[in-house]
Amino acid sequence: MDGSGHGIETLAALTARDAGMVGCRQCTRVWPIGTEVCGLCGSSLESRDRTSLQRVFAWWLVGLLFYIPANLYPMLITRTMGRESDATIVGGVIELAQYGAWGVAFIVFFASVVIPVGKFIAIAYLAMVVRRPHGHKPRNLLHLFELVEWIGRWSMIDVFVVAILVALVQFNLIATINPGIAAVSFALSVVFTMLSAMSFDSRRIWDEIEIISEESSK
Amino acid sequence: MTPSDNILCCPVCDALHEVGEVPDGIRLRCIRCHTVLAVGQPEAIIRIVVLATTALILMSIVVFYPFLELRNGVFTSRASVFQTVMSFSEGVMAPLSIAVAFFVIILPVARLSAIVWALGPLSFDRPPLPGAKTMLRLAETVKPWAMAEIFMVGVAVALVKLADLATLSMGPAFWSFAAIVFITALQDTQMSKYSVWTALDMASKR
Repeated sequence: MDGSGHGIETLAALTARDAGMVGCRQCTRVWPIGTEVCGLCGSSLESRDRTSLQRVFAWWLVGLLFYIPANLYPMLITRTMGRESDATIVGGVIELAQYGAWGVAFIVFFASVVIPVGKFIAIAYLAMVVRRPHGHKPRNLLHLFELVEWIGRWSMIDVFVVAILVALVQFNLIATINPGIAAVSFALSVVFTMLSAMSFDSRRIWDEIEIISEESSK
Repeated sequence: MTPSDNILCCPVCDALHEVGEVPDGIRLRCIRCHTVLAVGQPEAIIRIVVLATTALILMSIVVFYPFLELRNGVFTSRASVFQTVMSFSEGVMAPLSIAVAFFVIILPVARLSAIVWALGPLSFDRPPLPGAKTMLRLAETVKPWAMAEIFMVGVAVALVKLADLATLSMGPAFWSFAAIVFITALQDTQMSKYSVWTALDMASKR
């Protein structure tokens, strides 16, 4: 049962900032503007996170730097009967496809290539767009942001796959699997891009829109 | 307009709402961005606590019982989640081992325990334990970093990769881990920031 606006008295789209208040993002209570710590839950309060975009770009850049070695170096080092073979992220996907496991190859490709690359583009786009008045529908930008925030964690799949394979396949002479340096840099890249997405202050998506709608209604 | 207990601010878009009693079975959504703000569920707190406790008990099975078993002719290898986590523990990979331990075991356990600590007494009509607010905040902070469900998908991918190398079978830990993923997802649908904090606030004022 979903009822948007049902049983709720709407105050147009008045924001806490316009009303001279600051809202707590943890417990949703409001306090007079200038309050620093939420009286209910003890979180620190800020009407708009001023350093948000700087942090977004800082984490974004570090994440991108780690994503490069993650693709160049081997993720898995497999030793079978004395022969050693390396597999990078993309190499692993190709190998899966050669087995005929198309579905799984697609999942890994999606999680380790499409999601990270898409995330870099999406975060940069969001952070650029909200800096000045924009013609985008805020709902669309929010959907993009929520998608990025939700999907980012799923990139970790490949790191966990490596961990499981390494733990299971230790048959000394016959076959052993060891992790490559790319596993570490990929994990770090995912963590940093998650931090980048978390630093983004979603309330800013609406701020510039309000300026535009005020101007157009004049 | 002045701040008061029944004014609610959307954490996503900053829009203000005036909220009275939330009717049963209704989800209140933000008028501007449609984020779910409050869930009208009188038993929500009890459900959250029960589900979190169940998941915690299952977690103890997960950590030490065999998770996957691999057989290749004469060779057999078993791995528990604990071993999986320790697989990077040598040399330069050690930090990654710690990180995997955090994502898969420590943070999910910490989050579940924090929820039980903060909301457990409320479901028995008792005053909250000291530090309940800190614990509830912790549970929310940790949420994106608890990746048990992603680990499960990782297991599925690993199974396919090993399919022609050896025969695989799942141990008891595998099934309880699958149950935890399901239970945690169910529990998250019952949690809304406004409702949970209101319940905690009312309990501590009594």
